[in-house]
Amino acid sequence: MEITFEHVTHSYDANSPIANLGLDDVSLKIDDKKFTAIVGQTGSGKSTLVRHINALLKPTSGKLTVGDRIITSETNNKNLKPLRKKVGMVFQFPESQLFEETVEKDIMFGPMNFGFSESEAKDAAHEMIELVGLSKDYLQKSPFDLSGGQMRRVAIAGVLASNPETIILDEPTAGLDPVGRHEIMDLFKNLQSKGRTIILITHNMDDVANYADEMAVMSQGKLVASGLPSDVFNNQELLENDLLTLPQSAQFAQSLAQKYFQFDKLPITIDELSAEIKQQVNGD
Amino acid sequence: MNKLIMGRYLPGDSLIYQLDPRGKFLLTFYFVGIVFLANNVASYVFLMAFVLFAVYLSKINFGFFIKGLRPIFWLILFTVLLQLFFTPSTHPIWHWGFLTLSKEGMVIASYIFVRFVLIIFISTLLTLTTTPIEISDSIESILKPLKKVNFPVTQVALMLSIALRFVPLLVDETTKIMDAQRARGVDFGEGGLIKRIKSFVPILIPLFVSSFSIAYDLAIAMESRGYKDGEGRSKYRVLKWSRRDNITVLVMLAVTIILLFIRSY
Repeated sequence: MEITFEHVTHSYDANSPIANLGLDDVSLKIDDKKFTAIVGQTGSGKSTLVRHINALLKPTSGKLTVGDRIITSETNNKNLKPLRKKVGMVFQFPESQLFEETVEKDIMFGPMNFGFSESEAKDAAHEMIELVGLSKDYLQKSPFDLSGGQMRRVAIAGVLASNPETIILDEPTAGLDPVGRHEIMDLFKNLQSKGRTIILITHNMDDVANYADEMAVMSQGKLVASGLPSDVFNNQELLENDLLTLPQSAQFAQSLAQKYFQFDKLPITIDELSAEIKQQVNGD
Repeated sequence: MNKLIMGRYLPGDSLIYQLDPRGKFLLTFYFVGIVFLANNVASYVFLMAFVLFAVYLSKINFGFFIKGLRPIFWLILFTVLLQLFFTPSTHPIWHWGFLTLSKEGMVIASYIFVRFVLIIFISTLLTLTTTPIEISDSIESILKPLKKVNFPVTQVALMLSIALRFVPLLVDETTKIMDAQRARGVDFGEGGLIKRIKSFVPILIPLFVSSFSIAYDLAIAMESRGYKDGEGRSKYRVLKWSRRDNITVLVMLAVTIILLFIRSY
């Protein structure tokens, strides 16, 4: 689904002396079937931004279009289910949303709310548990008996089970081990290739470089940059103002540039970096 | 959650903010007590004038005090209606079955109403201008004499401040969990009563689980930083009683005396 923000401003505690701007006049287009990463410091408004997409928050002013739905400050709280079915959201530390007696029931919870029949929901649960890398043996266990990483996977399965068209991920890999992180990120990239739109909030610039097609940088409620990762990571102004850090490959290239090497544009992935080094070494 | 004004601190600066929290705390209770001394129109008008003056001194938008009434609006309405229609009278204006409307009833109902407003306004004034931690510090300070009879004052104070610290934490946690379940298609406030009650299970269970784990983490964090309760702990926030607190106490005494005078007048 294509998502367009037009001059969206969101103020927390509007009309009170402690009002503060969560979003300040943000205009952004998120393309259909693309993998878009949103980065920015803590408190820069990333989570506030994405919570508008499934109308958990509504703009104080401005409007956004999600597929064929338009969300403004006047949007009614009723009849949001169709929107929320299409926009799946994996929150930060999603394991805290688990509550059912068994993993199976917990994964079925979302689909059942969105009108799946019991057998459809069950099928979805059986499919999703393996998709997130757990065996079917886990389905009959209590979610509270699992380890943190396993709970995270179950929670992600619970969101994916409703078969959303757009998947929003709010730091889905925070606190996971490196292997688990790659597995989870590959899973999302895989879902993108099956036609889903992915929106990822992250602090990990390597994930941005390796997985994202587009990226947006937020700071203090404002959108400060957006575009292709290879362009954004070469934006000197952002780097100098500490609004952005570089992925490891780019950092490595920067160090290389101090001796012998020269880069017109910083490579951001290992593949790009190694190709560039190869070319420069052989070219000598 | 955010609509609850009673019990919520509003950052600001004015005379009322600067008063010693112990004084504010005790005087608020004292005032709630003397509200019940008022027995005629003049005394209620006087107390109302005093409360409005205090509200004016706080420099807080009056709207916040009106909002403070909202949570107990139904209680007020119910009590007022009860007084209005069930006060026995020898000269009823209107009579229908067991309902009686009389002049006495109207007077008592309006007294009750004003009493509610006075009490809510003054306690809202306390909570709007005093941080919860100041209130818990003052409770500790006020309870101090009980140490002599082996009452665990410091533990109680610690429990209070931890409980207060947990309130915003749990509110945040609740909002977060509600958002997560909403995203999974739960519609709070939809359907019949049973369905509505059921829709709270997906909030309550995760909330219990996470509050236990937060509490456990907090205990570990405190122990690892060497927390030991008991003698000799110094205070980070020192409460200071100053001249304006003395003046406030005197003003309150004057109010009491004037009130007693109007009452017997």
